[in-house]
Amino acid sequence: MADFDAIIVGSGCAGPMAAFELASRGKSVLVIERGNYCGAKNMSGGRLYTHPLREVFPNFASDAPLERRITHERISLMAPDANFTIDYTDQHMADPNHESHAVLRGRLDQWLATQAQDAGAEYINGIAVESLIKQGGRVAGVRAGEDEISAEVVLLCDGANSLLASQAVGTDPPSPAAMAVGIKEVIQLDPSVIQDRFHCGPGEGAAWLFVGDPTHGTTGGGFLYTNQDTLSVGLVATISDLMAAEVPIYQMLEDFKHHPALAPVLAGGTVVEHSGHMVAEGGYSAMPPLAADGVMLAGESALMVINAGYTVRGMDFALAAGTQAGRCATAALDAGDTSLAGLAGYRQALEDSFVLRDLKTLRRFPHFMENTPRMFNAYPQMVRDAMRAVFLLDGEPVKPLRKSLPPLAKKVGYLNLLRDALGGIRAL
Amino acid sequence: MKPITVNVDEYLALNRYQVDEQNAHIELAADPSPTEFAKLIRVCPAGLYRLDSAGQRSFDYAGCLECGTCRVACGSTIIAKWTNPAPSMGVEYRYG
Ligand SMILES: Cc1cc2nc3c(=O)[nH]c(=O)nc-3n(C[C@H](O)[C@H](O)[C@H](O)COP(=O)(O)OP(=O)(O)OC[C@H]3O[C@@H](n4cnc5c(N)ncnc54)[C@H](O)[C@@H]3O)c2cc1C
Ligand code: SF4
Repeated sequence: MADFDAIIVGSGCAGPMAAFELASRGKSVLVIERGNYCGAKNMSGGRLYTHPLREVFPNFASDAPLERRITHERISLMAPDANFTIDYTDQHMADPNHESHAVLRGRLDQWLATQAQDAGAEYINGIAVESLIKQGGRVAGVRAGEDEISAEVVLLCDGANSLLASQAVGTDPPSPAAMAVGIKEVIQLDPSVIQDRFHCGPGEGAAWLFVGDPTHGTTGGGFLYTNQDTLSVGLVATISDLMAAEVPIYQMLEDFKHHPALAPVLAGGTVVEHSGHMVAEGGYSAMPPLAADGVMLAGESALMVINAGYTVRGMDFALAAGTQAGRCATAALDAGDTSLAGLAGYRQALEDSFVLRDLKTLRRFPHFMENTPRMFNAYPQMVRDAMRAVFLLDGEPVKPLRKSLPPLAKKVGYLNLLRDALGGIRAL
Repeated sequence: MKPITVNVDEYLALNRYQVDEQNAHIELAADPSPTEFAKLIRVCPAGLYRLDSAGQRSFDYAGCLECGTCRVACGSTIIAKWTNPAPSMGVEYRYG
């Protein structure tokens, strides 16, 4: 007999959801989380689409630590000396099926873990699993410190920097082109100041993504999310591209905060935390197998993320994949077969859900981003120049736009423009 | 590389850490290749890989954010060891 029915490694987004499902159905579950409390090691942008939470916890909104409901979607093309923003707001954003919230992981993850604990999952915090126990090719438990603990099935929910996924399913560690590094600062501001600056009411706020100057033209982008009494401001940059950048990422963040379009938004704020975390970028094609004998991967350990420029999604996938992994592991335990064949229903469940459907739909996007450097180093400037032609007057006779715009497109190259436009359409 | 104007240490000082003085959870290879080291200078969000004005290279794991970026960037070249910090050690995000 194994020590536990299931061991779950990591309690970020995927882990507690899986633990909740298993424990609610009477399975013995041990969750091992390396943070002294859940969330202690975690950072994301972040905006959470809450529908996967609602499915399992219909009343989550009354007690989960959500920061602000997103009522403004902003996208900016940022040139070094100019910024062009689209701001979208819509009554439908308040619809429970569509709604999304800014979250802070130091708080959210503790709440998620509490739901799993209340359902009966056992937790060990402050210890990292170092390796997997394998018996005859099959994962049979984990090693943590001096201890060896066995289980019928092990669920790896250990996130983007998983040191265990390659042991479990035999894949190579992700390449620098398939991963990005995120850097973020949390900046404290009075709630009423946040509301004024973002044109929103109490409890409401904005998700704002930037492309171009934030990463000094390398692949990636800037982000800003409004929390209750703080702003989350940061960057995500593809590691392979960043390696040759003109400045380090922490200098990019400092420059971003001082950009003339952003500085007034942050003015008077106090930085209270500086964090870093990786995020997967390779999309569907970079994903490893989701299971092997005695083991399953859920969330970012399996690189389940979409970074589509206008939005970053990983938490919603991780929550939903954790739930499905927990349900499927329960069924496999009931059937007495946690081999790869016994766990096959997991992949199928994800294929049927938005998780693998969305990842598949946007599978071309990472390749498009990687091959469209103009998105980061030319188009923000092109749009700036077009706006200058439209808005900047100085008493000289205006040139008709049909004369002033074509040279701007010519600078980038008509063929490049066409190719990138078509590429973008195909990728989306 | 363009000049660095920010003092990242001031930001790291705002974070909460349980620093493990006994064990380095990340170790560099002896005499690391300068080209590889230059990558780490750019990618580490804590700015722990440094080149001073005298051309001296240094690395201090104490401010590590445990993101794993250096491992992904140079795990097959000059990062000789990358493990999670010992039990209960390392960074503790209050916001995250
Ligand atoms: C800068 C940035 C911005 C992002 N923005 C967004 C956003 O706006 N919206 C969105 O949906 N997603 C966003 N993401 C992605 C999202 O944060 C992740 O996809 C999501 O957190 C993945 O959840 P997870 O449960 O798989 O992993 P995690 O949440 O990372 O949880 C993994 C857990 O495992 C623990 N762990 C790791 N190894 C071990 C071990 N060996 N032993 C024990 N415990 C271990 C960790 O401490 C952690 O608690 C962003 C990510 C970054 C970095
Ligand atoms: S893990 Fe991240 S923060 Fe720590 S040294 Fe490596 S790159 Fe820097």
